[in-house]
Amino acid sequence: MTAPTAAPPAVTVRSALLRRRRGAAAGGGRREALAAYAFVLPGFILYALVMLYPAVQTFLLSLRDWKITPGVDSPWVGLDNYIRAFSDPAFLDSLVNAVVYTLVTVPMQIVIGLFLAILLDSKLPGRVAFRVLFYLPVVTSWVVVSLLFRYIFSSDEGLANFVTVDLLHLASDNVSWFQERWTSFIAICALGIWKGVGWSMLIFLAALTAVPKDLHEAAAIDGAGVFKRFRYVSLPSIRSALSVVVILLVIGGFNVFISVLLITGGTNDTQVPLTYMYDQAFQFLDFGYGSAISFSLTALVLVVSAAQYWWTRRSMRN
Amino acid sequence: MVTSPRRRILNYAIRYVLLAIAAFLLVYPFLYMLSTSFKPRSLVLGDPTQLIPEDPTLDNYIQVLGVDNFLRYFLNSAAVAVVSTVLIVALSSMMAYAFSRLRFPGKRILFTLIIVGLTIPTMMLIIPQFLLARDLHLLNSLQGLVPFYVGTALGFNTFLLSGFFETIPKELDEAMLIDGAGPWRRYWSLALPLSKPALATCVIFAFLGTWDEFAWALTVLNDVEVRTLPIAIALFQGQHSTSWGLVFAASLLAIIPVLIVYIVFQRFFVAGLTSGAIKS
Repeated sequence: MTAPTAAPPAVTVRSALLRRRRGAAAGGGRREALAAYAFVLPGFILYALVMLYPAVQTFLLSLRDWKITPGVDSPWVGLDNYIRAFSDPAFLDSLVNAVVYTLVTVPMQIVIGLFLAILLDSKLPGRVAFRVLFYLPVVTSWVVVSLLFRYIFSSDEGLANFVTVDLLHLASDNVSWFQERWTSFIAICALGIWKGVGWSMLIFLAALTAVPKDLHEAAAIDGAGVFKRFRYVSLPSIRSALSVVVILLVIGGFNVFISVLLITGGTNDTQVPLTYMYDQAFQFLDFGYGSAISFSLTALVLVVSAAQYWWTRRSMRN
Repeated sequence: MVTSPRRRILNYAIRYVLLAIAAFLLVYPFLYMLSTSFKPRSLVLGDPTQLIPEDPTLDNYIQVLGVDNFLRYFLNSAAVAVVSTVLIVALSSMMAYAFSRLRFPGKRILFTLIIVGLTIPTMMLIIPQFLLARDLHLLNSLQGLVPFYVGTALGFNTFLLSGFFETIPKELDEAMLIDGAGPWRRYWSLALPLSKPALATCVIFAFLGTWDEFAWALTVLNDVEVRTLPIAIALFQGQHSTSWGLVFAASLLAIIPVLIVYIVFQRFFVAGLTSGAIKS
């Protein structure tokens, strides 16, 4: 007779069994811990070797007058490399360039990206196709698009000169974009914006899609127009996305490297901190000074993003 | 929403016009590049509005693939990217599994160190990494690139995957535990199969990251035969500063695999990007 009473309550059996298994596996926690180390350590050791150890080394190198030749002594010089950096006009110029680049590209990427996201935030036929197209520059390698923009802004009959001279009549003669600091940065910033808008668009679009549609409808019924609905419904809901985008874009802006290296190579006062650091290290083999620049830039960026984070947290609470 | 059909049509029309302008501006440079790569060399700086060349030619592609050895660079990049991607996904999924499912002393410290690493820009590390690679005899070789590509990508992927593993119901693990499955089996036949979308995202980002990597390869590779595509293209432009048709033929060879991966898997891009950005 298969009596229903013979079937014990499933839950108790399950938990009893679980306890047994855990108990059996206990020597128990120990065997689990051993397995865990087998999972973690191969990756973690490699990670520590190529990320954590060099991070510490960057700081230590920056305190020395590093001699690349093996066997030659590299004396400790304290903060000399930092003092040198912050009294080096070329380095300070490179910082100014990075600040200008950031101040131009970050707001533009945010405004255009947000605008595109708003345009795409509806049941528009073909919206996926637009999204794919807008994101195309983001997935293309920096090397390729940097060369492409160098070509577009090339001095003779390039596309940029066609637009400025023949189409918009902003100049009467072809411009030699890369002969001067700020015209060079027009090209470099144009590239940064063109390549980046798809990314901010995508993040904003994800945040906007998460805004419940009935909120919009309720506001519309209350007579709120498009701008009021954006101001009071959409904007508050994408605040956290907005602050993440700002922080990540600012970090990216200060770390601009490949585009400057390949478009101007830092000529005509267009160095940015990373191209300057790279030259110091791998052209002049001044590894200590290069490390001091790296470390200063990273510290600076961390401080700026921490301040942004703190500021958005505070303004969100109000 | 309560709107008249006429207003809705007008709304759509405005949106389409603006979107079309944006799409034109974002895509035109690519078309310009594509068109230049099919132009005979003498005509390269012609009318920038003429996208379809008068006498299109494959000469640039033939020269780039043959004389200029780009097939070799393509294969170099492919080999490095495939090996690195496999290692990145394997090692970071293992780490993520341990962080999200297993208990062990030191777990919190190790995970914190992973998070700390996410805030370090890799360019900051390039000088000590170079010295490390020199001491380990990893300069100037394709194999030497791999440990650095893998190590620098582990943090982000571990973070992404452990977030995903957390969403798998613990009850499933417990059910397998009752059946006597050890951690390896639970990882291999439970966590991994249930995480295919997240793993796909990792595969794509790991592949594209290594395929496009430039700064590190530029720093450690010297010999012509070990060049990867981004290095080859950048140096090629230096040598052929006016032969833009050649440069863009080479560039297109490099971006075609990326475009294929992107268009086929674009939904994973959205998922990976938004989750990555929102969390970090």
